[in-house]
Amino acid sequence: MATVSMTVNGKAVTGDVEPRTLLVQFLRENLRLTGTHVGCDTSQCGACIVHIDGIAAKACTTLALQVEGASITTIEGLAEPGGKLHPMQEAFREHHGLQCGYCTPGMIMSALDIVRRNGNNLDEHTIRDQLDGNICRCTGYHNIVKAIEAGAKAMAK
Amino acid sequence: MYNFTFHRPTTVRQAAGLLARNPDGKLLAGGHSLLPVMKQRLAQPSAIVDLSLVEGMSGVEVKGRSVVIGAMTRHADVANSQVLKDLMPGLASVPGSIGDPQVRNRGTIGGSIANNDPNADYPAACLGLGATIITNKRRIAADDFFTGMFSTALEEGEIIVKVSFPVAKKAAYEKFKHPASGFALVGVFVSKRGPDIRVAVTGAGSNGVFRVTSFEEALKKRFAAKSIEGMTIPASGMNADIHASPEYRAHLVAVLARRALAKANA
Repeated sequence: MATVSMTVNGKAVTGDVEPRTLLVQFLRENLRLTGTHVGCDTSQCGACIVHIDGIAAKACTTLALQVEGASITTIEGLAEPGGKLHPMQEAFREHHGLQCGYCTPGMIMSALDIVRRNGNNLDEHTIRDQLDGNICRCTGYHNIVKAIEAGAKAMAK
Repeated sequence: MYNFTFHRPTTVRQAAGLLARNPDGKLLAGGHSLLPVMKQRLAQPSAIVDLSLVEGMSGVEVKGRSVVIGAMTRHADVANSQVLKDLMPGLASVPGSIGDPQVRNRGTIGGSIANNDPNADYPAACLGLGATIITNKRRIAADDFFTGMFSTALEEGEIIVKVSFPVAKKAAYEKFKHPASGFALVGVFVSKRGPDIRVAVTGAGSNGVFRVTSFEEALKKRFAAKSIEGMTIPASGMNADIHASPEYRAHLVAVLARRALAKANA
């Protein structure tokens, strides 16, 4: 076993893990932050996307020990403490950017990274192209794309 | 995944020492090729030596007539490097076509080259530009580095530190992207630097990345798509799998070479 420490959603956390523990396992099983999902477990589907020091990454393809000392943001870290949703979450609610909801946490973490890289005025082509690493198995992309476009604009306000 | 011991050295020398003490150990760069293979239990390293804390291994800088890229530079950082986009957009376009945005945020040039996946993009860029792979022990020409599918000239304990690409006046990459995996079904990198003309192909050869010398000869007169119009390469030695036959891959090599030449001259 090894000890790993990092900051998750602004809080310092420490845990004992086997070196082979994936970041997504550490988040879900040690910290009980089950908003980050495991979909394919093969780096394809994006249900496990979190931010490592502000940059989107697939937590199923990252060892917990690799992010020792890093700052991690998960879907649980987006809403305000009082429960007010982040503008991107609110846009997904407003535009019904989900069907079964399994891919949604990854979609939202990915959407925020699209805004980081491309700014707040996104066109449909950019959003679809940049969602390359996220799969919605319900095929509900239409409203997801609409939600991301609206959420990006709302974040600028 | 089988278990392993985990190490985070802060210098290349420490990393080399850890590899020497752990003969079944593996270097971990971005982890986006190695970790999936370990999850499938196709690889069982006894030790993982994570290079992410080693200083001075990432960044893109111009040195004389070359662009030098640190081995731990992430694909996204190479793709977004303004200095590289200005100097050699053909090379900057290569990492932008790898995987998806999250993979590009983690994957590294050194990891890609050391792995030498037969469908990876960077090997074509290295061979197609005549790059030099700089390790903790020596400098290896790309022509000598890629020795076959998933195999390289790297010796035990040898660590890629950086890759030096000579600046070519004309260079471009064209890729037929597998729609699911994002890997190159076939990818062709062309370049012209004075009399040195290169056409390098990834994804097609059953022995990994290779140069098309017949095309290179034909391009000596004029570096243009027209010079190789109607030329083909034999299907023998091409990869065959569920995705494409050897004949189709050979066909794509010629098509993509012409497209890359048109792009390089645009």
